[in-house]
Amino acid sequence: MPEGLTPPLTAARLVITRDLTLAFRRPEQLLHPLAFFVMVTTLFPLSVSPELSQLRAIAPGVLWVAALLAALLALEFLFRDDAQDGTLEQYALSGQSLTWLLLGKTGAHWLLTGVPLSLMAPLMGYTLGVPAAASAGIMVTVALGSLALSFIGSIGAALTLGVRRGGVLLSILILPLAVPILIFGSRATELAIRGEAYVAPMELLGAIVVLSFTLAPLAAAAAVRISLE
Amino acid sequence: MTWTWFHRLGSPPYIYRLAGRLTPWFGWIAAVLLLGALFDGLVLAPPDYQQGDGFRIIYVHVPTAWLSLMIYTWMAVAAAVGLIWRIKVAHAAAAACAPIGASFTAVALVTGMLFGKPMWGAYWVWDPRLTSELLLLFLYLGYMGLRASFDDLQRADRASAVLAIVGIVNVPIVHFSVIWWNSLHQGSSLSLTGKDTIATPMLIPLLLSMLGFTLYFLAVVLVRLRGEVLRRERAASWIGEVVAP
Repeated sequence: MPEGLTPPLTAARLVITRDLTLAFRRPEQLLHPLAFFVMVTTLFPLSVSPELSQLRAIAPGVLWVAALLAALLALEFLFRDDAQDGTLEQYALSGQSLTWLLLGKTGAHWLLTGVPLSLMAPLMGYTLGVPAAASAGIMVTVALGSLALSFIGSIGAALTLGVRRGGVLLSILILPLAVPILIFGSRATELAIRGEAYVAPMELLGAIVVLSFTLAPLAAAAAVRISLE
Repeated sequence: MTWTWFHRLGSPPYIYRLAGRLTPWFGWIAAVLLLGALFDGLVLAPPDYQQGDGFRIIYVHVPTAWLSLMIYTWMAVAAAVGLIWRIKVAHAAAAACAPIGASFTAVALVTGMLFGKPMWGAYWVWDPRLTSELLLLFLYLGYMGLRASFDDLQRADRASAVLAIVGIVNVPIVHFSVIWWNSLHQGSSLSLTGKDTIATPMLIPLLLSMLGFTLYFLAVVLVRLRGEVLRRERAASWIGEVVAP
């Protein structure tokens, strides 16, 4: 390691601390994805049927689609502020590994959106007639799924930096890649709601997390460098 | 062994002339092969004992589906070459591949739907093979959308290259979906290593058709590549020499 550089793990931790501090100075922003998630979920009892038995049957899909959309909405702002005020440029010029810095940044993003979403998901599930016993399973699957989505989404967010109407484009780019998360996540949630063992789809979800955690920051770093050129 | 022939491929005027010379060869051979394959497949080959005459759509369906994956792979490789060695022509080739690949994906989906109606009783089922092929179409559209959203050509090239490389994870998923999941879609009839599970009179037109469609793709992609090169190099002086009447 060259002289005067912070070790990569420490640098990533510093980025996480910075992003969390900044986010908690404007806490109302944290509520937007959560409010969106709650509102999308409440649309289903209104549009499909208020019958709990019907809602329970579609609950896994509803929770996952709503969580996915809410997380996508938040992804648009993953790099935007830092790109506008030049922080991202400083990161790229700092000599530190941009991959590690983005790993920290995306991790912080997950702590601020994915974790609250996963805490809110069992609550919204409860309103859809899901038994409280499934809460732990829902929480863990949504937490894992949103972690993978944050990392995969960081590539899209970096690619669409500075693009007009980037939000829609970001969704088009990321949704095809996010489909496996949706499939395994909603399958695990469905099994958890039925009170069955949900380990098998969870393990596949975990594999996606490992894959995206290790590879996505590399691609995101390349994409950020391209958008800064 | 010298590599000059390879390095020359990176030069826009050279590739422009080479593509122009190769296009009629590919195009005419493709036309002959496709006509022969269609006559052989639609008239000469015997009807299938289970699927009757309905199986004959495979002479369009299989080559287009196969090419939809193949073109994506070539596009991603060209994009990676362009990204790593900063070769402009490689980016132009990737850009030329995308709309053709998207069209082949759409044709594969449509012919598959027409095939599915008599065989499965439905145009569309939410089956892993069909769904992942649909996602492939979305990936192509996303790639083209991202490319179109930048004014700066270089940024468009490099950003869309990253997307093409990331999206390649979908290619093995489409290919192996029939094996990994319990799929309604039948397994592959062709195999490079094992024994083909298709009778020889039906196989020959299929192979001819796959070769014909591949050459057709090459002809079309070279035409598009010439267009891309012209558009990108419009300020260069050599354009005047080749375009002048």
